Amino acid sequence: MRWLRRGARRSDAWQGCRTSTPSHAIVARSWSALALGVFLALLVAARSLTAAAQADLAAERARMVATIEAHAKQASIALGRDSIAPEILKVVGDVPRHEFVPDRVRGDAYADRPLPIGYGQTVSQPFIVALMTDLLRVRPGDVVLEVGTGSGYQAAVLAHLARRVYTIEIVPALADSAAARLQRLGYGNVATRSGDGYYGWEEAEPFDGIIVTAAASQIPPPLIRQLKPGGRMVIPLGAPFALQHLVLVERNADDGRVTTKQLLPVSFVPLTSGSRQR
Amino acid sequence: MLLFLAVALVSAGALAYEVRLTRLFSIVQWHHYAYMVISIALLGYGASGAFLALVGDGLRRHLGAAFAAGAALFAVSAVTSFAVAERLPFNALAVLWEPRQLLFLPILYTLFALPFFGAATCIGLALAAFPERVGRIYRYDLIGAAAGAIGLMLALFVLFPDTALRLVALLGLLAAALGISLRESGAIRKGRAAACSAAAIAACAALPPSWTALHLSEYKGLSQALLVPGAKVLAEDSSPLGLLTVVSSPTIPLRHAPGLSLYNATEPPAQLGVFTDGDGLTAITAFDGRREPLNYLDSTPTALPYHLLEKPEVLILGAGGGTDILLALLHGATTIDAVEINPQLVRLVAERFAAFAGHLYERPGVRVHVAEARSFVAGRRDRYDVIQIPLLDSFAAAAAGTHSLSESYVYTIEAFEQYLDHLRPGGYLAITRWLKLPPRDSLRLFATAVSALERRGIGEPGRHLALVRSWNTTTLLVKNGPLTGQDMAKIRRFADERAFDLAFLPGMAREEANQFNILDQPLFFDGAVALLGRERDEFLRDYKFDIAPTTDDRPYFFDFFKWRALPELLERRAIGGVALLDWGYLLLAATLVQAAALALVLILAPLLSLGRDRREPAAAGLARWRVALYFLAIGFAFLFIEIASIQRFVLFLGHPVYAIPVVLCGFLFFAGLGSGIAPKLTARLEALRARSPQSAPIRISAADRLFRCFVRVRYPPLALAIAGIGTAALLHLVVALPLFRWLMPLPGALKIAVSLVLIAPLAFFMGMPFPLALVRVAAARSALVPWAWGINGCASVLSAILAILLAMSLGFNAVVLIAIGLYVLAAVTLR
Repeated sequence: MRWLRRGARRSDAWQGCRTSTPSHAIVARSWSALALGVFLALLVAARSLTAAAQADLAAERARMVATIEAHAKQASIALGRDSIAPEILKVVGDVPRHEFVPDRVRGDAYADRPLPIGYGQTVSQPFIVALMTDLLRVRPGDVVLEVGTGSGYQAAVLAHLARRVYTIEIVPALADSAAARLQRLGYGNVATRSGDGYYGWEEAEPFDGIIVTAAASQIPPPLIRQLKPGGRMVIPLGAPFALQHLVLVERNADDGRVTTKQLLPVSFVPLTSGSRQR
Repeated sequence: MLLFLAVALVSAGALAYEVRLTRLFSIVQWHHYAYMVISIALLGYGASGAFLALVGDGLRRHLGAAFAAGAALFAVSAVTSFAVAERLPFNALAVLWEPRQLLFLPILYTLFALPFFGAATCIGLALAAFPERVGRIYRYDLIGAAAGAIGLMLALFVLFPDTALRLVALLGLLAAALGISLRESGAIRKGRAAACSAAAIAACAALPPSWTALHLSEYKGLSQALLVPGAKVLAEDSSPLGLLTVVSSPTIPLRHAPGLSLYNATEPPAQLGVFTDGDGLTAITAFDGRREPLNYLDSTPTALPYHLLEKPEVLILGAGGGTDILLALLHGATTIDAVEINPQLVRLVAERFAAFAGHLYERPGVRVHVAEARSFVAGRRDRYDVIQIPLLDSFAAAAAGTHSLSESYVYTIEAFEQYLDHLRPGGYLAITRWLKLPPRDSLRLFATAVSALERRGIGEPGRHLALVRSWNTTTLLVKNGPLTGQDMAKIRRFADERAFDLAFLPGMAREEANQFNILDQPLFFDGAVALLGRERDEFLRDYKFDIAPTTDDRPYFFDFFKWRALPELLERRAIGGVALLDWGYLLLAATLVQAAALALVLILAPLLSLGRDRREPAAAGLARWRVALYFLAIGFAFLFIEIASIQRFVLFLGHPVYAIPVVLCGFLFFAGLGSGIAPKLTARLEALRARSPQSAPIRISAADRLFRCFVRVRYPPLALAIAGIGTAALLHLVVALPLFRWLMPLPGALKIAVSLVLIAPLAFFMGMPFPLALVRVAAARSALVPWAWGINGCASVLSAILAILLAMSLGFNAVVLIAIGLYVLAAVTLR
C-alpha cells in the first residue's frame, strides 16, 4: 500500500511534474500570463479604441443626418412633403458610409459632398442619396432594382428598407468590389450582378422601385416594362460632381400611363422676388 | 549666322509649345483650361525679364553656356511639366465641393511658366549680349515664333499631340546644342554643334512614351465608354480640330438616342461611338438599307420638322456621325446637304466605316460638305425646307458648364437671320438642346429667335415659333411664315404620340404645357410667353440666369452666369444646386485673382528691389508713376485688341485653331515691322520739326504732309502711332463684321490672306508705342527700363484673362473701345 501510496505519490509526483508547477515553469507561465495579460489589455484597449472610433463615426453620421435634415427643409418641392421619412434618416444614420469609399477619401466619408470612388464614378452626396431613396417611397415588402451599383452604398441603404434589392454594375471591377463589400457587411438581401443594365433583371421583375444612377441618354424601355403599376423610377441627371436634376418616372396604377417629373433637389425660383410679386 | 538660327529655334519651340498646350488641355482636361495658357506663357516671359535684370550681367559672361542652359530648361521642362501636371491629383470638377483644389492652380502656373521662362531667358540673353544686332535677333525671334505656331498647327494634321511634344523638345535641345557651341564672338564651333545636335535628336527619339502619353481625365465620356466590358478603340485620328476616337462596344451597345420617347420600344441598332477630344459623343449608326431598325429615330424630338413637310430638302449643320442624315432619309428627304467642320470625321463615315454606316454619303440626294456652319450658309444660294441643328455636345458637358467660356457663332441672332434667309417660305429651322432646369439654353434660343424674327420686321414672332420638350431635351422650331392650324395640329399629335410636352405653341393654354414631363411650374411656357410679351426686358433682367440672346459681338451662348445670383447659387450649391452655377466663369475670375498675385510676386517684387538699389535723381518730366501707368496701359491695351481680334476671326476663319495662329502670327509679324520702323519714324519727324513751316521745301510727299499734322504735338511719333491704332481699330469695329459676312464664302487660304491684310495696319501701329517709349525711358532714366518691361509683362498676363471676362459681359466691341481708351490714356500720360 505504501509503495502503492508511494507509487501513487510517485505517480503523483510524476503527475505533479506534468501538472504541478515547477519554478521555471512558473516563471514561464507568469511570462505567458503577462503576455496574455498584455495581449488582453491591448485587446481591451483596442476594443475600447474601436468603440471610441465607432462612437466617433456614429457622431459623424449623426451630424450627417442633421445636415440632410437641414437640406431637406429646402427640398419640399422635390420631396412632395416637408421632410425625408424618419426611417430613411435612421438608415442613413446606421449604414457605415466610410466602408463604401476608397481609403484615400475615408476621412471625408461623412462630409456633405459626393466622393470619387475611382473609374470616373462617384458616390452621391448623402443628402441626394436620402432624397432619391425618399422619392422611391420604399415599403418593407418591396423589391427594388438599382442600375449602377458603384460602391454599393445606395444599395446598402435600400437594403434596410426593402425586402430585396437587385443591383447591376457595368464596370466589372466596381461590381466585384461592391459585391464583396456588401457580403462582408452582411447585406444578405442584396443581389449583385455585373453587366448591362438596359434589360433590367428579368428573373426578379416586376419592381416596386427602380433607381438608375448610370448616365443614360435614354430611359431603357425594358426598365419601364419591369416597373410595377404604381411603381417609381428615379434617375439623377448631370455630370460627375454636378447633379443637375432628378427625373422621377411614375407608372400610373390605374391606366399604366407613364409620366415623368423633373425635380430640382433644391427649391429654386429662377425669377427674382421683385418680378414675381408684380 | 547660327546664333540667329538658335534664337529662331527657341522662339519656334516656345510658340509651338503654347499652341500644343492649348490642344492638350482640351483633350486631357476641360476646354476652358486652354484659355489660361496664354496668360501662363506670358508669366514665364515676364519673370525672365525680371530675372535677367537681376543677374543678366553675370550670365552674359558665359553666354554660350547660359543660352544652352535656358534652351535646355525649355526642352526638359516642356516635357516634364506636362508629365508632372498630368499626374497631379487635380480634380477640376470637384472644385466647388473642395475649394482646396484651387491650390493646384498656382502649381500648374509655375510648372507651365518654366518652359517659357527658359525660352524667354535665351532670347533676352541674346538681345542683351549683342546690342548691335538687336534688330536682326528680334526679327529672327519673330520669324521663329510665327513659324512655330503655323508649323505646329500643320504638324498636328499628321502627328498625334504626344509626338508633337517630342518635336517641341527637339527644337529646344537643338538650340541648346548651338548655344553650347557658341564662341564669345557669336561664331559657332561647327563640329561640336553637329555632335550635340545628333545627341539632341537621339535624346528626343529615346524619350520613353510614358513621358509624353496623354492621360485622359477619368470623368470624360471616352474614359467611361472604355470601361465597359468588350469596348475597344477601333480608330484614332488627330487634327488641330480635335482628337477623334472611334469606340465599338459590341457587348453592351451604346444606344445613343438623346430625348428618345418613353413610348419607344425598339432598341437602336449597333452604333460606333465617336468622341472628339475624349468627349462630345456622336454615333455612327449601323445601316443596312432597311428602314425598320431606324424606326426608333422617329421617336426622337429631332423628327418633328419631318412630320410637318413632305419630301423636304434638308440642310444639316453638324453632321457628326451621320445619324441625323439617317433620320432625314427615313422621312423621305429628297436632298440632304450635311455640313461637318471636321474633315476627319467625314472621312471616318465616308471611308473607314462606310460599310458600317451603309455608305451613307453615297446615297442619292446626300451631299456632305466639309465646312464651318456659318461660312457654308453664307456662301449658299440654295434655300431649304428644313435646317436642322442637331445635338452634338454631351449632356455631361452641358450640365457641368464646361463650354461656358467657349464662343459659339451658330446660335447668335445674326446666325438665325442667316438661317431664316435660307429657308423656303414655310420652311423650318429646328434646333435641339439638352434640357436644363431651370431653363437656360432653350429660353435663350427662343429669345434669339424672337429677336431675329423682329429684325426681319415680323410683328408677331410668336406665331412662327414652337417649343417641344422631351424628358431630357428641348426642340425649338422656327417657321419661315406663321404656323397654320394644321401645323399646330400635327405638332400636337407628334408630341402626344411620344409623350413630349408642348412648351410653347401659339395660342396654347398654360395647362397644356405640363402633361407628360411634369415640372413644378411650367417654366418653359412661362418664359416663352414672357419673352414674347411686353415684359421681355423686365423678364431678362429679373431672370437669375443670363438668357439674353447672344450676338456675333458677344457669342458666349453657354455662359448664363449673373453675379447677382451668385450668393443664392453658392448657398444652394450644397443642396443639390451645384449645376445651377456656371463655374467656368467663376474659375476665370479666380484665375485673374491668382494671376494678379503671382504676377506681382514674380515680376514686380524683384524689380522694385532693383529700383531701390539704383535710385537715380528724378529726371525732368518722367516720373515713375508716369512710366508705370504708360506701360500698364499699353500692356493691357495690346492684348485686349489681340484677343478681341482672335475672337472676331474665329467667326471668319471658322475655328479657333485657325484663328489663333493666323492672328498671333499677323500680330507678331506686323507689330515687329512697326517697332522696327519706330526709330526711323522718330528721326524723320525730328527732321521735319527742325524745318520751320515757312521754309518748307517745294516738294513734299503726301506722307510728310500727314506727318506735319503731328509735328506740333510735343511727342509726335507717339501721337502718330496712337492715332494710327485708334483709326485702324475703329475701322475694324465698323467694317470687319459686314466685310466678314460678305467674304465668308471665300476659300480658307484666301480668307487667311484677307485676315492678314486686315490685321497688318492695326498691328503695325500697335508695335510702336512700346519701343518709342522705351527709347525715351532709356535716355532719361535707364534704371526704369527693366521695371517698365516688367510692368508691361504684368499687364499682359492679366489682360489676357480680363479681356475674356469683359467680352463675356460687354462684348468684343467694348473690349476694343476700352483698349483705344487705354492707348489715349497712355499717350496723355507720356505727353
